[in-house]
Amino acid sequence: MISFVFWKDVFMNTKLALSDDILMKIEKPARYIGNEVNAVVKDKDKVNVRFAMCFPDVYEIGMSHLGIQILYGMFNEMEDVWCERVYSPWVDLDKIMREENIPLFGLESQEPIKDFDFLGITIQYEMCYTNILQVLDLAQIPLLAKDRDESYPIVIGGGPCTYNPEPIADFFDIFYIGEGETQYKTLLDTYKECKSEGLSREEFLYRASQIPGMYVPRFYDVTYNEDGTISSFAPNREGVPATVLKEVEMNVSDTYYPMKPVVPYIKCTQDRVVLEIQRGCIRGCRFCQAGQLYRPVRERDVEVLKKYAVEMLKNTGHEEISLSSLSSSDYSKLPELIDFLIEECNNKKINISLPSLRIDAFSLDVMSKVQDVRKSSLTFAPEAGTQRLRDVINKGLTEEQILSGSAMAFKGGWTRVKLYFMLGHPTETDEDIEGIAQLSNAIAATFFEVVPKEERKNGKVQIVTSTSFFVPKPFTPFQWAPQCTKEEFLDKAYKTKRAIASQLNQKHIKYNYHEADASVLEGVLARGDRRLAAVIQKVYEKGCFYDAWSEFFKNDVWLEAMEECGLEIAFYASRERNTEEILPWDFIDAGVTKEFLKREWAKAQEGIVSENCKLKCQGCGAARFGGGICFEGKN
Amino acid sequence: MKVRIKFKKYGPVRFIGHLDVMRFFQKCIRRAEIDIAYSQGFSPHQIMSFAAPLGVGLTSDGEYMDIECHSVTTSQDMMKRLNDASVYGIEVVSVKELPDGAGNAMASVAAASYTVRFREGREPGFDYIRELPAFMAQESIMITKETKKSTLEIDLKPGIYECKAFEDKSIYMLVDASSAGNIKPVQVIEAFLAGHGETLQENALLIHRNDTYTNVAKKNKRRRLVPLDAIGTDIE
Repeated sequence: MISFVFWKDVFMNTKLALSDDILMKIEKPARYIGNEVNAVVKDKDKVNVRFAMCFPDVYEIGMSHLGIQILYGMFNEMEDVWCERVYSPWVDLDKIMREENIPLFGLESQEPIKDFDFLGITIQYEMCYTNILQVLDLAQIPLLAKDRDESYPIVIGGGPCTYNPEPIADFFDIFYIGEGETQYKTLLDTYKECKSEGLSREEFLYRASQIPGMYVPRFYDVTYNEDGTISSFAPNREGVPATVLKEVEMNVSDTYYPMKPVVPYIKCTQDRVVLEIQRGCIRGCRFCQAGQLYRPVRERDVEVLKKYAVEMLKNTGHEEISLSSLSSSDYSKLPELIDFLIEECNNKKINISLPSLRIDAFSLDVMSKVQDVRKSSLTFAPEAGTQRLRDVINKGLTEEQILSGSAMAFKGGWTRVKLYFMLGHPTETDEDIEGIAQLSNAIAATFFEVVPKEERKNGKVQIVTSTSFFVPKPFTPFQWAPQCTKEEFLDKAYKTKRAIASQLNQKHIKYNYHEADASVLEGVLARGDRRLAAVIQKVYEKGCFYDAWSEFFKNDVWLEAMEECGLEIAFYASRERNTEEILPWDFIDAGVTKEFLKREWAKAQEGIVSENCKLKCQGCGAARFGGGICFEGKN
Repeated sequence: MKVRIKFKKYGPVRFIGHLDVMRFFQKCIRRAEIDIAYSQGFSPHQIMSFAAPLGVGLTSDGEYMDIECHSVTTSQDMMKRLNDASVYGIEVVSVKELPDGAGNAMASVAAASYTVRFREGREPGFDYIRELPAFMAQESIMITKETKKSTLEIDLKPGIYECKAFEDKSIYMLVDASSAGNIKPVQVIEAFLAGHGETLQENALLIHRNDTYTNVAKKNKRRRLVPLDAIGTDIE
């Protein structure tokens, strides 16, 4: 009965960077062992470039990000490149790695990333900036780009936060501004050339700065006025471009898309196939950064998407597929795509998840087919409580649409409604706050109006009203707007709470609001300049990271560090900027012109709406990319 | 029809917990395009039952799960498809059709055998190879088990069917693995060391499950253990 055990084989740890003792001691060791389905392992002696792709947050968050899956797959299609993944170790492992001096490693090879050629970091939200330093530090790479010699990887950043890279400029060698599909091949080819010619890091970076979309911070100098605003921002080396135009993939139906995304062992935030149906958004909400950054709107061909869906489901074995876009309802072939998916998925018992759908007859019909009505909820994002303020922010959703959509849904059996608002929009008054409560109440009243007592078999209506605090972002019409102070924010949240409590249907309305401290700091970092790098580094050195996690965010440490660096929160957050001021991100050309943003800012203050891209071109400037919605059949 | 799948778990994936192994197979079965049956209702799930959960860090040559299939091809073909859709360290080694009326994998489990070793430098201070027979010769082996509500005195002895040490310093044990009386190898070793006034060091053991067994003896007859896949037949 005794089976002979090959101990070396079954327990061999040659491919793991962490010892058994460590793996047995920490939470979720599966975060660190790699070896997942569709992970790519290559022979390191047969590749020329080793790339570590990092999402500076915990594995379950990072693994859910589509952008990394795209770049990971795209790089690994290149024969002489091996791209691996790396995430922020969780706090338990972080402590052990510091104590035992274990260098941060790539998941696939389990080898230290300090020996790689590139460390790419995707930067999706401001509150991960300290995690970038954690990753560099654990990797044993100097935090400041200027301290890295030829032996260290090139540290390159990408993602939405790089549209104002200045607060983290000191930590990066290069920022890739825009969509990754277009210039990475050129960048890596340039790198290989420099490597084979034995050229210096500095020379490679100079050549990189000549590639469209690449911003190499060390080649630019900033000077400041006495009042702290920027007096000049210019290249310090001949031949370096004064502005960097974002990169855009104009052929979204015929570009790289990952047919074999990595399938994690542990449950991740996004545990499903993600089908990106389009890039960009026609809506032009004035607070929304993504809506401006990803212009022009480009739809993927529906036949291509059908093929992708089938192939990705087969390759991953996922039991759910989700559509990804900023506003799925605006995708022109949505009914055709959904019909196909319902047919395809029903047989295979695959769930379909449809985020960002506008609630109307069509979407309710679709939702009733793909979800359990009793368990699912409707989501509306009016973002502001009154029509006046919705006009200011250019959110084209009316009270009438919300109420008629709710009425239809209630008749169809839904009982749960989620409402999302923001507090602190420019021009907001107490009346607008009162409006949030009134709208929530009106939806509840609609339920009792349209659903007779005897038909309330799924229970009574439940409304969850959530507010977040408005954070002005670069490249939006609100980039000049003052942000509320923490006190103002909290006052608004209390007013909202009181207003909801005084409604007739208050029993059926639950109210949640976000923390104010973190929103203010997010505002500081979003519109900050290069001087903030010292603050971020100080905060990190005082032991903070995982600031995006409320349990680790320490506001007082940030305030302390700001003071030690002689900088003020108010200067960055609550100051109203003059439209003539040089903004830290002005050297980036995101496609939308400053003139357009100024026009929108002026219209906002007058409460004038701008029609969406499908109805009327607003001349934002994105037409210069020569494609997408700007050139497609407009009525 | 009911199909029993036997697999090994080794290498880095030994750090994947039981629930994640289940999730892994749900996706693996889809990738392998096995014609599995689903439950009814709005969120259908695959009809699947696992035998005895394996702790994180342990390796095994004898893990089992049962699935319900609408149609099957052959054992060879299904095994190949599953392995092609699998990862290093999760390896399907047999696929068998179960006879009608066979109990599901979890309910069928009666015992499991393990090979246990001490990690280097974490061995007990006494000659454990020589002392093991005396430990096993005791009338009873009492331990206290902490549950959520209370502490419980239990006797391990009736559930340890075999326990031997070998010159290569490994310890073999065959123990009760039924849901009512499951014994973990670490409990046995801890009791053994406690008898010599020692405690087990942290992460001191390398534990490998050799196989999982079901009892095929008639009621009230002497226990007759066979591996869980011995009651199935190959699909030709």
